[in-house]
Amino acid sequence: MNGRPERRFQQGLVNASFAASAAASIGLAVVYVRGGQPQLEGALLLVALGAMGVGLIVWAKRFLPPGPFVQERHPLSSTRREREAFARGFERGARPIERRTFMAKMLGLALGAFGVAAIFPIRSLGPSPGRSLFRTAWRRGSRLITPDGTPVTVDRLNVGGVLTVFPEGSPGRADSQTLLIRVDPSQLQPLPGRGTWSPQGYLAYSKICTHAGCPVGLYEAETNRLFCPCHQSVFDAIDGARPIDGPATRPLPQLPLEVDEAGFLQAQSDYQEPVGPEFWNFGSVG
Amino acid sequence: MIVKRIARWFDDRLAASSFASSALNKVFPDHWSFMLGEVALYCLVVLILTGTYLAFFFSTGTHEVIYRGSYAPLRGAHMSEAYASVVKISFDVRAGMVMRQTHHWAADVFVAAIVVHLMRIFFTGAFRRPREINWLIGVTLLLLGILNGFTGYSLPDDLLSGTGLRIAYSIALSVPFVGTWLAFLAFGGEFPSDQIIHRLFIIHVMIVPALLVALVSVHLALIWHQKHTQFPGRGRTETNVVGSTLWPTYTAKSVGLFLAIAGVLAALGGLAQINPVWLYGPFDPSSVSSPAQPDWYLGWIEGALRIFPRWEIRGFGHVIPNPFFPAVLLPGMTFMILYAWPFLEERFAGHGLVHNLLDRPRDRPVRTGIGAGAFAFYGVLFFAASNDVIARLFHVSVSGVTWTFRILTVAVPPVVGFVMYRAMRALSESGAPGFLEVPFRAVLGNGRRGRQVPPEPEAEPGPVTEELEPAAEPETG
Repeated sequence: MNGRPERRFQQGLVNASFAASAAASIGLAVVYVRGGQPQLEGALLLVALGAMGVGLIVWAKRFLPPGPFVQERHPLSSTRREREAFARGFERGARPIERRTFMAKMLGLALGAFGVAAIFPIRSLGPSPGRSLFRTAWRRGSRLITPDGTPVTVDRLNVGGVLTVFPEGSPGRADSQTLLIRVDPSQLQPLPGRGTWSPQGYLAYSKICTHAGCPVGLYEAETNRLFCPCHQSVFDAIDGARPIDGPATRPLPQLPLEVDEAGFLQAQSDYQEPVGPEFWNFGSVG
Repeated sequence: MIVKRIARWFDDRLAASSFASSALNKVFPDHWSFMLGEVALYCLVVLILTGTYLAFFFSTGTHEVIYRGSYAPLRGAHMSEAYASVVKISFDVRAGMVMRQTHHWAADVFVAAIVVHLMRIFFTGAFRRPREINWLIGVTLLLLGILNGFTGYSLPDDLLSGTGLRIAYSIALSVPFVGTWLAFLAFGGEFPSDQIIHRLFIIHVMIVPALLVALVSVHLALIWHQKHTQFPGRGRTETNVVGSTLWPTYTAKSVGLFLAIAGVLAALGGLAQINPVWLYGPFDPSSVSSPAQPDWYLGWIEGALRIFPRWEIRGFGHVIPNPFFPAVLLPGMTFMILYAWPFLEERFAGHGLVHNLLDRPRDRPVRTGIGAGAFAFYGVLFFAASNDVIARLFHVSVSGVTWTFRILTVAVPPVVGFVMYRAMRALSESGAPGFLEVPFRAVLGNGRRGRQVPPEPEAEPGPVTEELEPAAEPETG
């Protein structure tokens, strides 16, 4: 604070800040009345609030008592006498309660029983998981449909093509989303027991990543790889959708396909294992 | 005049003058790092103000509607009422866009300020006796801040946040024994249920904010009662506080800080686009946006999910799902250690003393080393959450990036921790005022020369210009 000119400059700075803030607030009101504009609103809010803040801080730093001031701390422990007084007071109240042991026990029983009863409404928050995680909407003979409901014919995809499909009657159903791809039939090396699942090079895998449940959204036709964009799991479509990179540990379940007489693709059955990420009783397929 | 009469009116009913006058004279130490908690506090104020405005317009409905608002690219699209209401707030509610984006920015800065505040508390030992309770409350506030961030950005029912919810559901499923029940009770059934948005809304606008405000109040009341810590220095002792008085200097500075923060957040809200849900599109369980990263404060969990090895771990005759380890166990242990830290340190390195003077990080090389290593660990995980983006940026394989991060996660924390430990030892032993003045040999040397104890800060009268009567405060008893 040496000399008048500097002090006057700082006064001017504070006054100018507040003036700028007031002007910005008026501008803000005008912008709002004229229909609003996000960028202008943001800039004006910066000036309206920020300049007021700057003004206050300069004011505090230059024109208010700077200190430092000193204050003593008081001890954060009570004295022994205070503690003993508290203990006496507490015991004075507790003794008559302790004398009625049975009454106290009954109160404990009542509280405990109510506590248990009060837990039950939590059950209303959701249905029992039951077997719902083991099933999807796919059934024997479910036709494959596109998200807009069109049934998928056997000539729908070329080799290298990919399509998201659902069972007929359940378009968009999350647990039944399935990735239909077509590969060159000569490339197929079906796993044991899956020899009839992929007519004419059509392969269908659950689209739900077995790691954390994201849709396995990307298919690279040259390498026949499926990619999950969430945590970068990679599956080999030719080799039973075996996980080959990233955190997923389990192949994508395969949907057994067949072609009906009219040339539509349909499911031979539901998935034969749960789709999506694993869970505790996952192994108890029944 | 009028102030005097109002004060009189209240005092006739509350007899508050004695408390109020001691409050005006209460001394708060000045240091830039003591502002960090205030930054978090004022972000919370901005969050509550903007959030209240948003809540007037947000709808939790999951019914499908056809969009007919003013954002042309989505016109005619099918979407949930919730998503439509967010698009409406963004484009058809005047000032809605600024409020929404300010709210989102404030949430990100809120958690960031809490984390940096936590670092300040940690590295200066401000959590030590008698302030362990406030440490526990502070860690809980961090937890609640992250929770409300997640519930908040999940509300718009857009494609990105829907994917996040899908992952959260899978994480719940992965918990041993109770996972399926946990997921079904939390989400109201199999994903995607029609109840989750409404539940998130109640948690986001009522339950967590109530807890946040209650705990922040206790946090501040304890600071008030126990008085703030201070760095050692001339005239500063364990039994005094040196700084500005609450009235008027500290109040003016603090209100100024609030206004400045609100101004910066509003500027970000108006000028810097954040979470443009209209570009992501409405949620569709069979679609996904790429790349997909959560808000920054969940990056460490996302990164851990991405780089946790493809191990099938079995326990009790069951496969324990892979996400359990990075997304349940890691956060659980992180917060357990955070909660336990003051007690661990007291157990292994404490002397049961009351501390009102702060450590400088160099005073405690072991703590500083451990802390730096830990933050390096979470930092590596944070960047691992972008392994796909990094791979694309540098034209390398995702697999290679993932493996690099796996190695870095294990290798970086001990290296950072050890280097920091050595640096702090060197700094402390050489007695250099700052790190840049430390001779390089002191960093390399193993400190055999014996520790030079820096002169204890004496309680000599410093540049104290004015001294207040200390006994103005009523002693509790």
